[in-house]
Amino acid sequence: MKRNTWQEYQKEVADDNYYYLRSCIRQNFFPGSEKAFVRILREELGRNLYDDPAHTSCTGIGYHSDVVLHDTIMTVVARQFALMKESGFENAAVSCITSFGIYTEVLETWREFPEVEARIRELLYKATGRELYKPRNLAHTSDIIFHHREAIRQRAKHLLVNHRTGEPLRGVEHIGCHYAKIFPKEGIGGVEFPYVLAGMIEAWGGQVVDYPERRHCCGFGFRNYLVQANRGYSIANSQKKLESMAPYKPDFILTNCPGCGMFLDKWQYTIAEIEGTTYGQDGKGIPVLTYEELAGLVLGYDPWDLGLQMHQVDVEPLLDKLGVEYDPAAKYLMPNGRYIGRPEPATVNMGVE
Amino acid sequence: MPQFGFSISQPRAVNLDTNDTVPAERILQEVPELQCCIACGSCTATCTAGNLTSFNFRRMHTLVRRGEYREVYEQLEKCMLCGKCRLVCPRGINTRAVALKIKKTLCDY
Repeated sequence: MKRNTWQEYQKEVADDNYYYLRSCIRQNFFPGSEKAFVRILREELGRNLYDDPAHTSCTGIGYHSDVVLHDTIMTVVARQFALMKESGFENAAVSCITSFGIYTEVLETWREFPEVEARIRELLYKATGRELYKPRNLAHTSDIIFHHREAIRQRAKHLLVNHRTGEPLRGVEHIGCHYAKIFPKEGIGGVEFPYVLAGMIEAWGGQVVDYPERRHCCGFGFRNYLVQANRGYSIANSQKKLESMAPYKPDFILTNCPGCGMFLDKWQYTIAEIEGTTYGQDGKGIPVLTYEELAGLVLGYDPWDLGLQMHQVDVEPLLDKLGVEYDPAAKYLMPNGRYIGRPEPATVNMGVE
Repeated sequence: MPQFGFSISQPRAVNLDTNDTVPAERILQEVPELQCCIACGSCTATCTAGNLTSFNFRRMHTLVRRGEYREVYEQLEKCMLCGKCRLVCPRGINTRAVALKIKKTLCDY
């Protein structure tokens, strides 16, 4: 008899007609990523995606920081789903891992406790006059890029191969905790074998690096970061991961969570300031990318259009390996030529800027 | 350096790969019944020094077995070798001998 064990680790992802639920923090950390996602879906893949200006933050960070109440966040989520239904869409595409965890948690709560769903239905109607609706398909946007990874490969301008040596580039993938650690069946590969990012790296010609602390949290942890005195715990987690992956000489880190991407990138600068330690090739740091940014590079988009200049760790060594052409003089310029300023280099305190 | 308002916290995890467990193994070799310890804490509960100070024999034993000796020297100075812990040990471990052995191995006894 054929075993169905692996069926439990699969996830159904809608193929078209997405209602895009943007992230509040990704707009600041990686301003080009969501724009790249919309461009890839619409222009490269010809998919229908609705970018609704009426939807709001999911308030997940407030919820995890004990500022927003459970009933409040469930009503906010119910409003997002109601907006989706009113727009004629049934497939939610969630940009943020925190939001994805929140939407999943709320749907599970309603499934487990129908009386809570009834209460939220009433609260939503009283507050907004809208009807509660549950999406037919809920996917994180990394699931959607994963779903279309072969189509992206067919349009690839640059594969994840060192164009000088022909060797595949070595990528470290880091999955956000709220993607599959809370509700494993909602993630591709579950919590034990998360494949969403590894699948992209492999499909686009790269090599996935396994290392001891691969599943360790990046250290965001909400309270760990939001309270300044606790940030030492947050950075300690990132340091543990960076120390663990450094001997494997990764060319880049790929993340699907806004917090993970931000912290693994920016803590490299802070560790350099505090301890004088840097990682990566020649101690210049390990570049950290979002999956949209990586997909954009594979598709031949301009790195400065993707917002790669907003990263603390310089991405030029990776671009050189990929053979991507870029204009160094345009790195910190807006399309209209205005200078946007530049972050502190991640190699600070090392004398190797 | 900018003032971040925090520093990098050191992990509290026990790293058995880097800890030196050779002295602990030597103690275990000389008092092999220590392997029968069930960590019930009776020794600590009956300890005269433990009633008056923060001395905790059960904790000392755990630290030594893990190869973490930093506090042990200072703490074991509080042990008076009265042997009451030996009377109550449900596993019949000669805890007094263990304390003495730890002192001899790790401290200047």
